[in-house]
Amino acid sequence: MIGSERLSNRLLNIYLPLVFYVLFLLFPFYWMTIVSFKPTNDLFELKFNPFWIQQFTLENYTYLFRETAFTEWLKNTLIVSVVSTTLSLTCSIFAGYALARLRFPGSHFLGVGIFLAYLVPPTLLFLPLAQVIAMLGIYNTYWALILTYPTQLIPFASWLLMGYFRTIPREIEESAMADGCSRLQILVRMILPLSVPGILSAGIFCFTLCWNEFLYALIFMSSGPMKTIPVGVVSDLIKADTLFWGSLMAAAVLGSFPIALIYSFFVKYYVSGLTAGAVKG
Amino acid sequence: MRGTAVTSGSLLERESSLGVILMLPGALLLMLFMAYPFFLGIWLSLTDSGIGRMGSFIGLRNFSDLLTDTIFHQTAWNTLIYGMVTVPFKAALGLGLALVLNQHMRFSNPVRAAVMMPWIVPTALSTLGWFMIFDPVFSPFSWLFKHLGLIKQNINFLGDPKLAISSVCLANIWRGTPFFGITILAGLQAVPNELHEAAAIDGAGMWHRFRHVTVPHIKGVVLIATLLSIIWTFADFQLIYVLTKGGPANQTHIFGTYAYQIGLSATEIGMGAAIALYMFPILAVFAVILLVYLRREE
Repeated sequence: MIGSERLSNRLLNIYLPLVFYVLFLLFPFYWMTIVSFKPTNDLFELKFNPFWIQQFTLENYTYLFRETAFTEWLKNTLIVSVVSTTLSLTCSIFAGYALARLRFPGSHFLGVGIFLAYLVPPTLLFLPLAQVIAMLGIYNTYWALILTYPTQLIPFASWLLMGYFRTIPREIEESAMADGCSRLQILVRMILPLSVPGILSAGIFCFTLCWNEFLYALIFMSSGPMKTIPVGVVSDLIKADTLFWGSLMAAAVLGSFPIALIYSFFVKYYVSGLTAGAVKG
Repeated sequence: MRGTAVTSGSLLERESSLGVILMLPGALLLMLFMAYPFFLGIWLSLTDSGIGRMGSFIGLRNFSDLLTDTIFHQTAWNTLIYGMVTVPFKAALGLGLALVLNQHMRFSNPVRAAVMMPWIVPTALSTLGWFMIFDPVFSPFSWLFKHLGLIKQNINFLGDPKLAISSVCLANIWRGTPFFGITILAGLQAVPNELHEAAAIDGAGMWHRFRHVTVPHIKGVVLIATLLSIIWTFADFQLIYVLTKGGPANQTHIFGTYAYQIGLSATEIGMGAAIALYMFPILAVFAVILLVYLRREE
């Protein structure tokens, strides 16, 4: 009796709300996925239940690779994300270590400055930044995004890494210095290996933000084949007629998939990384 | 030769100089692509510049013109609704989600990963899912409600000027709920189990334990998440751009999309910069509250 009461309690307190949340939060993905596997004609068939697939097809996916620039967008997104993440991580490891361990003039001020930079939204800057990009002559090149994304990544990544470096005992460094290691040697040979989880979560954070970024990519790199996936899909695959839904949803699914995959592998790191500081993803 | 080697070596060895050197790469990027555009934006907003054309100084005219612009009034009102009204929904739903995820259950890692998805995947792409869900012809909700006999005509979620703002808010709540969920979950996991047990032994019921053990522990993270969410939602762009581009009849324009339309589509970059800068005082207030709170916590 007690057991069944507990079960009904758990049902009411956990599983019922969980079902609600899963339905609410995952339904759009479910919908995108099933539409991406349907032939276009089936969408117009009113007697078909739209919540299920009647005929399964991959034609929307093959269309993407054969008839659109999706492969180009994929390549652009990968290049920009990988290079910009590497650049941001390098800057953030240096800055995070300096803020965590070194006393230098202006360190306090820089700490606050980096925190405030974290709160500056792209919508506040994109118009003047477009002028800067034009002035530098890097409009519609990879550099336009590779150099501007770090402004959104470095603040959070160095904040997170600073928190991580602080958890490493100072004694390790002090004894290494007594053995004659230089500060930089200590950073590369001792601190970095000990900080792999922190660097990993900072890296995932940076890569995701690069992959997902929309506004800067829409304005600074959107001519011809130089689009990233989110911008290319939104601006080139929505057409005036109504036959585009299948390929549009297929592109949305494909563009989301790598990020979803990375997170399902690293969700533990992600949650623990988030606990270290403020949050953004 | 030896002399320079010694100097560069000691520059990297002294804490004060090494600190500055290590900060330099990041600081340079932030100054060139964040601080400089910020001040350039202030200057642009005081001119009648177009794209690629430096205009002449016109003082605060862009700002005062906007105060009499009815579309700007609508935009400010929409931003307020979009940035403020959605937040309590996201916070409440996120709190519920966190409480559920904090329970012991099977498959808790895959479940956590799954419900995080709206926050993780590219917003522009997941919003395309909503774009179809809100479509006047293909909406599954219209189909469902028609089959249940609740409505006769399809619902025009994004085309109906009265409904459009609620629709974009719904999509925003969907995207933001997991953020609150995961942040509050992190806070919940920091609550020592002994406290709950001790309270339970003292005969405290579920509500009492929630009120007096859980709430004091998660107050901080809820406040931080709320402030961040307000800042980000106020300054949003892509969700609205994908769903409505500010329409119908400007009913869903927020500062970001209106600045884009005036600054780039209409090429009045000075005016666009002024629209974006109207966000600044509001953002600054929330940023300062957040900063002060975090300092006090330290």
